[in-house]
Amino acid sequence: MKVLVPIKRVIDANIKVRVKADHSGVELNNVKMAMNPFCEIAVEEAIRLREGGTAEEVIVVAVGPSQSQETLRTGLAMGADRAILVETDPIPEPLAIAKLLKAVAEKENPGMIILGKQAIDGDNNQTGQMLAGLLNWSIGSFVSKLDATGASVKVTREVDGGLENIELAAPAVITVDLRLNEPRYASLPNIMKAKKKPLDTHTPEDLNVDVSPRLEVLQVVEPPARAAGVLVNSADELVDKLRNEAKVI
Amino acid sequence: MSILVIGEHDNSSLRPSTLNVVTAAKALGDSIDVLIAGSECQGAVHEAATITGIERVLAADEPALADGLAENLAPLIQSLAQNYTHVLAPATTYGKNLLPRAAALLDVQQISDISGIESGDTFIRPIYAGNAMATVRSGDALKLITVRTTSFEPAEQTGSAPVEPVSGGVDAQLSTFAGEELTRSERPELTTADIIVSGGRGMQSSENFAMLEALADKLGAAVGASRAAVDAGYVPNDYQVGQTGKVVAPSVYIAVGISGAIQHLAGMKDSKVIVAINKDEEAPIFQVADYGWVADLFEAIPELDKALEAPAT
Repeated sequence: MKVLVPIKRVIDANIKVRVKADHSGVELNNVKMAMNPFCEIAVEEAIRLREGGTAEEVIVVAVGPSQSQETLRTGLAMGADRAILVETDPIPEPLAIAKLLKAVAEKENPGMIILGKQAIDGDNNQTGQMLAGLLNWSIGSFVSKLDATGASVKVTREVDGGLENIELAAPAVITVDLRLNEPRYASLPNIMKAKKKPLDTHTPEDLNVDVSPRLEVLQVVEPPARAAGVLVNSADELVDKLRNEAKVI
Repeated sequence: MSILVIGEHDNSSLRPSTLNVVTAAKALGDSIDVLIAGSECQGAVHEAATITGIERVLAADEPALADGLAENLAPLIQSLAQNYTHVLAPATTYGKNLLPRAAALLDVQQISDISGIESGDTFIRPIYAGNAMATVRSGDALKLITVRTTSFEPAEQTGSAPVEPVSGGVDAQLSTFAGEELTRSERPELTTADIIVSGGRGMQSSENFAMLEALADKLGAAVGASRAAVDAGYVPNDYQVGQTGKVVAPSVYIAVGISGAIQHLAGMKDSKVIVAINKDEEAPIFQVADYGWVADLFEAIPELDKALEAPAT
């Protein structure tokens, strides 16, 4: 089967974001960008499915500006076979992304779609679930274990109370959690090879999807800062502060 | 405004997250229904009926709804939603799994994890792990929203709302529940606990976490962990506090051996009082701590244990 892996270009997870002075958003100029960490886990899992013989082809898909090609090349360097860019600027909202991905899925007919559970920019945690809904496919969200060798797809999900096992009819949409795998680094030879792998480009127009936003961002501000704290030097002092100053124990 | 709250439950009882969502709903309007969709879920239905200030409990009781599978629940929400202006669910793994699917079926751009309500169409939500707060206005006629439970007080349970059965909830035959491994604990639940003792990579082993558990029991606290401690296998996944784990806001959060990565801070920096115990004085956790103690945790925890035994003065 083919596996489709939608991936997103976001601010590098190690960078502390800065809110723009005019409160219109966060500063993206001259900021290091990278593949969303959850998307790396999704790419890794798809490559492992191919290496294990369950999948034949891994296709990475990005929705975003032309710079998203860099993110796709990273996915190709990790081992994906080819890439598709749906070029839009700015990156649309999750519902529109899900519609674009549905259109791509209908062209490619994958046996599985694997995504990160959330992107660390908008923290929406929506796209995979929406895509499964639009396709009327099964959904395995927040997956920490995946077994796709049988007729149905067996997944373990990380839920608030612990772990949950479900079996999904194929084809399934999977959104991955942190502990599914440890993504590989791309080797230099593979980075070179990735430059020659095919990358096709689509637009929302040729996929016939309306990506106009439904939400208007009125302002983006810094969260309230916490007041400076004090250092204590002993357990007795700490307990005294908690009991008599903060009055919380 | 008429609001449908998707109640979270395990059929026999209501999850407390539902109470926080009802409080958010009250900020939008006073016509509030709570949906309990499950199987043999009378226990949860009766508990939901006691929530103060709601109009009705809608009870959908079908075998296909037993396990909270989104494939079976989302079409039910889709059909009920036409009677409402807002559909709210908790931003727990239950709500996060379910509501976007319903939103897609309804062609609505969901608003995730709101921490504030400005008006019927304008909401505040954290982005970038809470390092920025966005105010967003929805142009959709119907609003689907998940609610950050720690940002809203729980509603009281002094009421007796009428229960109305609703039909729907067909097995979509896309997924099957195949068991769960839930963490059993006598301690308070992380997301509602008043005090949390949380450990990081500095704990070094699951055996050492027993020290924190003993301390937690002395304080009547829940036990949490950083991603590093969960990844290292010291504690189960459901202990994780952070951007992609649980968001908590207790009266006091005691971070032990946690360096304080931004992803962890995202999950706990709304705590009223933060205590940091770490031997590295440069650890970023000290920047958000109200009380910092630069100490080796293996000496500090036994001392703290002892200090707590002394009577309050």
